[in-house]
Amino acid sequence: MDFTLNDDRRMLSETLERFLADNYDIEKRHGFAMQEDGFSSDMWQQFAELGIIGAMFDEASGGFGGEGADLMVVFEALGKHLVIEPFLATLLGGTVLSQVDGHKALLEGAISGEAFLALAHGEPSSRYELSTVTTKAKQSADNWEISGDKSVVLGGGSATHLIVSARTSGDADDEAGISCFLVEKTDNVVIRNYSTLDGYGAAEISFEKAKGILIGKEDKGFDLIETAYAAGITAISSEALGTMTVATDLTVEYTKQRKQFGVPIGKFQALQHRMADMLIELEQLRSSIINAAGNLKSERNLREREASGCKYLVGTIGRQIAEESIQIHGGMGMTWEYAVGHFAKHIIMIDHVFGDTDHHLERYIALGRK
Amino acid sequence: MDLAYTTEENSFREEVRKFLQENLSTRLSQKVKLGNRLNKKDMTEWHETLNAKGWLAVNWPKQYGGTGWSAVQKHIFDEECWAAGAPRTVPFGLNMLAPVLMKFGSEEQKAHYLPRILDGTDWWCQGYSEPGAGSDLASLRTSAVREGDHYIVNGQKTWTTLGQYADWIFCLVRTSTEGKRQEGISFLLIDMNTPGVTVRPIILIDGEHEVNEIFFDNVKVPVANLVGEENKGWTYAKYLLTHERTGTANIGNSNAALVKLKQIASEQKKAGKPLSDDPYFAARMAKVEIDLNALKTTNLRILVEADSGAAAGPESSMLKVKGTIIRQELNDLARRALGPYALPFSSEAMEEGYNEEPIGPDYANAIAAKYFNNRKMSIYAGSNEIQREIITKTKLGL
Repeated sequence: MDFTLNDDRRMLSETLERFLADNYDIEKRHGFAMQEDGFSSDMWQQFAELGIIGAMFDEASGGFGGEGADLMVVFEALGKHLVIEPFLATLLGGTVLSQVDGHKALLEGAISGEAFLALAHGEPSSRYELSTVTTKAKQSADNWEISGDKSVVLGGGSATHLIVSARTSGDADDEAGISCFLVEKTDNVVIRNYSTLDGYGAAEISFEKAKGILIGKEDKGFDLIETAYAAGITAISSEALGTMTVATDLTVEYTKQRKQFGVPIGKFQALQHRMADMLIELEQLRSSIINAAGNLKSERNLREREASGCKYLVGTIGRQIAEESIQIHGGMGMTWEYAVGHFAKHIIMIDHVFGDTDHHLERYIALGRK
Repeated sequence: MDLAYTTEENSFREEVRKFLQENLSTRLSQKVKLGNRLNKKDMTEWHETLNAKGWLAVNWPKQYGGTGWSAVQKHIFDEECWAAGAPRTVPFGLNMLAPVLMKFGSEEQKAHYLPRILDGTDWWCQGYSEPGAGSDLASLRTSAVREGDHYIVNGQKTWTTLGQYADWIFCLVRTSTEGKRQEGISFLLIDMNTPGVTVRPIILIDGEHEVNEIFFDNVKVPVANLVGEENKGWTYAKYLLTHERTGTANIGNSNAALVKLKQIASEQKKAGKPLSDDPYFAARMAKVEIDLNALKTTNLRILVEADSGAAAGPESSMLKVKGTIIRQELNDLARRALGPYALPFSSEAMEEGYNEEPIGPDYANAIAAKYFNNRKMSIYAGSNEIQREIITKTKLGL
């Protein structure tokens, strides 16, 4: 039993934290979001040079990390600064590629910051159900043709390479019969790019007989995607923890400055105990993330149960922290100008990525019966 | 980062399991699992069994006859004991007084009292709370006035758990009214058989006699029974409160309660199907399981850190608050799982040798009573509000 970070990870954490402290305050972040891609290409190159992108992948894939603990370190730091560069999209796409042969060059391109990946999996009516895929892939003479609609694809607009799930056999909700394809952005791919409420890039993507190259084995794509989502859940939960930590810190600090009735409002017990509860829940969340991260390589049922338990807590604890942060700040928490509201927005929106509290509680129960 | 138990730890777990199979009587484990009443003989029996094996003082270093176990070993032992239905050891001498004696007691006191705690000669109880000093413990008024070689003690202690069985009581007493309130408190050991000591039962809402009031009327206590220095008792008491962290989170206890809850929910029927299949009830069970699973890791993180020498801090307050919320939620779910059979209650049925047909399932009788009994958990050992105060002061800096 060991809960400490090894030297490499401590260094990774310190490097990233220092870089972000120097280069990534909330004002700069607002500026990056206004750039053409919805993030800063320049920052992305610097992240690549610092080795932060490579930390998400193991050596066999061209990276130098790839463990759950690496994801925790990287994404917690990103969450503290609301970093909007496409780390999550790269992790999802890259994790799919890392499980199969034949795509090492593309993954290396992503790690060096040249290629941009996105995993186009969710569909307008699939909600959070991973096995629901109606996008079809048909084999033509020398290729596969993909047709269908994908929704809220993280990093979909800025991606140079799309990894698309499509049904090659079975019914719409079957786990078997899903395959993954690498699809280039041609005229047969229509992309509607937009920014999410909390400022991240996403897209609605339609495919009409778009050419695709099969990734891995036909009909065996579900495992690739589920594995990528498990890593994604560990990552975004860690990011949420970082964001929640800052929201809590900002709130505690604010109660020391803000005076009402002649005293700092932090002197009021009604607020003190609520903030103490926020700290308790942050420790709960950290432990749950450790459980999810530490089981990323465990057998499927355990891995997925820990992931769902963790994402459930991200949603419930996140709501508590976000709402309390705004409430304790009072009117200031409602303003665009003051930082805490942006942190609160990201915390709440994370509940809608990879499945919300209700979805994961139900999934946790279902997995427990297997 | 590594969540796996080592091979040694896994074989330790096996060893504990085997020991429990061979040495914990079915009579005793049944009583514990059904929530029936344990008497002094039951508790003494288990105390002696563990002592014979050398596994009684899990928190003591080897030099005093303890196990010298690591945090993870203690955690494993706690989990296995609860899972097997072993009675919990009575903590007052073992886990509360002993660490204070080891740290602040004289060599004579250590040599005299520690072996007697192990062999069961002395049953200890705790004299902290008073009618006017609960959460505000420093306002305690029981006085000890020095007269030659003795202190003369007058006052009243309350909520004294299992004081009806005790041979000795360790007390916080006021030896000075000058200066800060905390600086006039001393830590005194008092023989319960001294003239002037009176024990009166307090019956709790579940009908049980678990706690007592203790009255001191001109009780003569030898000065040799003072632990450490006069007027330094507050420091010792605070040390005690943060020292013993293994059981604070109630992990083993809640694990066992969750297993039992799942069993009840699978046996109870709703519309012809197991209650555990009901989406709403299943959701409530899953929520508490997820919380417990996370707290288990929080607990291990804190224990492993403490093993490597980290100072005791507000983490134990976090464990206390969350651990008791979870345990009480499990009590609430068990009560609800029973449906109407939470209602019947027989005090006689909690006694050993009760032979009548149970009303409803045999596990039902004690469940609702236990729900009420465990309301104590968020009140004792520093109420959960006091724990939040500690977090406010130490972690929030407010």
